[in-house]
Amino acid sequence: MKIAILGMGSVGRGLLEMIDGKELGLMVTGIADSKSALMDSDGIHIEEVLMAKRERGYCGDKSLSAADVVERCDYDVLVEVTPTDADSGEPATGFMKTAIGRGKHVVTSNKGPIALHFSTLQSLARKHGVVIRYEATVGGAIPVMHTLEHGLAGNRVLAVYGILNGTSNFILTRMAAEGLTYEQALLEAREMGYAEADPTYDVKGIDAAIKLVILSNTIWKRNVKLSDVTITGIDMLTNDALRLAEEQHCTIRLIAEAIPEKGILRVAPRILPRTHPLVVENTLNAITIDTDMAGEITLIGKGAGSRETASACIGDLLFIKDSHARGN
Amino acid sequence: MKLEMKDSPGQLVAALKPISEVGGNIIAVIHQRDEKAEGDVLGVQIVLELQEQRLGELLSLIKSQGVNVLRLGKERLLYKQTMIMIGHIMHTDLGDTVDRIDCTGFAEVTELTMVMPAINEPSSARLVIKAVNKADMEQALGILRGVAKEKNLLVIEPLEATG
Repeated sequence: MKIAILGMGSVGRGLLEMIDGKELGLMVTGIADSKSALMDSDGIHIEEVLMAKRERGYCGDKSLSAADVVERCDYDVLVEVTPTDADSGEPATGFMKTAIGRGKHVVTSNKGPIALHFSTLQSLARKHGVVIRYEATVGGAIPVMHTLEHGLAGNRVLAVYGILNGTSNFILTRMAAEGLTYEQALLEAREMGYAEADPTYDVKGIDAAIKLVILSNTIWKRNVKLSDVTITGIDMLTNDALRLAEEQHCTIRLIAEAIPEKGILRVAPRILPRTHPLVVENTLNAITIDTDMAGEITLIGKGAGSRETASACIGDLLFIKDSHARGN
Repeated sequence: MKLEMKDSPGQLVAALKPISEVGGNIIAVIHQRDEKAEGDVLGVQIVLELQEQRLGELLSLIKSQGVNVLRLGKERLLYKQTMIMIGHIMHTDLGDTVDRIDCTGFAEVTELTMVMPAINEPSSARLVIKAVNKADMEQALGILRGVAKEKNLLVIEPLEATG
């Protein structure tokens, strides 16, 4: 199966390394980064491209762009792994629409387009007889979408609860374990490379809320928006508050919660018993799905990282290869 | 409640039966042979949930079975929740914050532990609220959320709405 990859950040590079190192039956025919692109319908030599990117900072021909790859390249699946723009979802959404219009499947790790334009993209994909898969957008390596779609097929999902942001979970873990202040723990998260220079999206609960929107729309198809989520971040938390919780064998975690029957759609720090299955440490993510038949299912795993995100994208790609792609 | 009955077959069942008849819910039955008890008399403690206005009816039913009610302890507020508040808790009139829950009549703040690191820095407090039932607890939580919004306090709720 032929794939074209947009984005050569840590996710794109991780994906290329894994595809190069494993025999997955995937041939990369197009690659684009923010400055350049390259195409070869007989397959691109991945190692050379990775080296070029490392040495000169761009991957291919500067006269070509991502749009050229999307519009002209010979591929079965477009893999869109550029950074998220949570306000407009562009240019990624436009690329996806073009690919779908050409009858190509789409796999993405990009939260913006899925959170903002889920129903539009889905109906467009249905119209063109292709699929759009986005396992990597929520919970990193955790196969939550596959679990919902296949493992829990036939169940009615009553509620979802989750720790969907590794950075804030790391900060809370460190505040509880070492008695650090919020500022100290944030500084440590930055030093470890877990937090961006501007940590707003993580610590204000916005990233978790975007993922909650994606989960909710996948499960209940009610077309909720980010503005429908009640959001409280962790930036006001004190280490005293964590200590007061710990004294009662509890702790505090940033929990994303959706219970449509009660009209609940919110992200907020919550008190949980230390023994609660959602209480995971450091940058781990965890998701509990409450269903009518299976009861509660909790999935725990790495919520970010280059190889981990590649794992989710490859899971989607191989699913398409096995069940949808023509001629494989 | 603590009951005293004859230590003979069928007595315990006879004492428990009226509870379901008046719509009560038995939480625990503690059946302990007390060495000090005289001969064939047995002491039993029962923990149960019951609408308050049906208590008189229950007591007379139990008595009519020949069982003595020795002691009756009442705990009106059965639902307990712990939350944590952060912000300028003291300077936004803590007394008023607590009163707004207490004055409902169906919920009370029963414990408050507060840490005040320094002037002008936000304080943190853990408070335990007790309420008559789950619905009342939800309502008390709603009031607390409103007060917190008004006074710019952060309230951290437990994940399970009522535990």
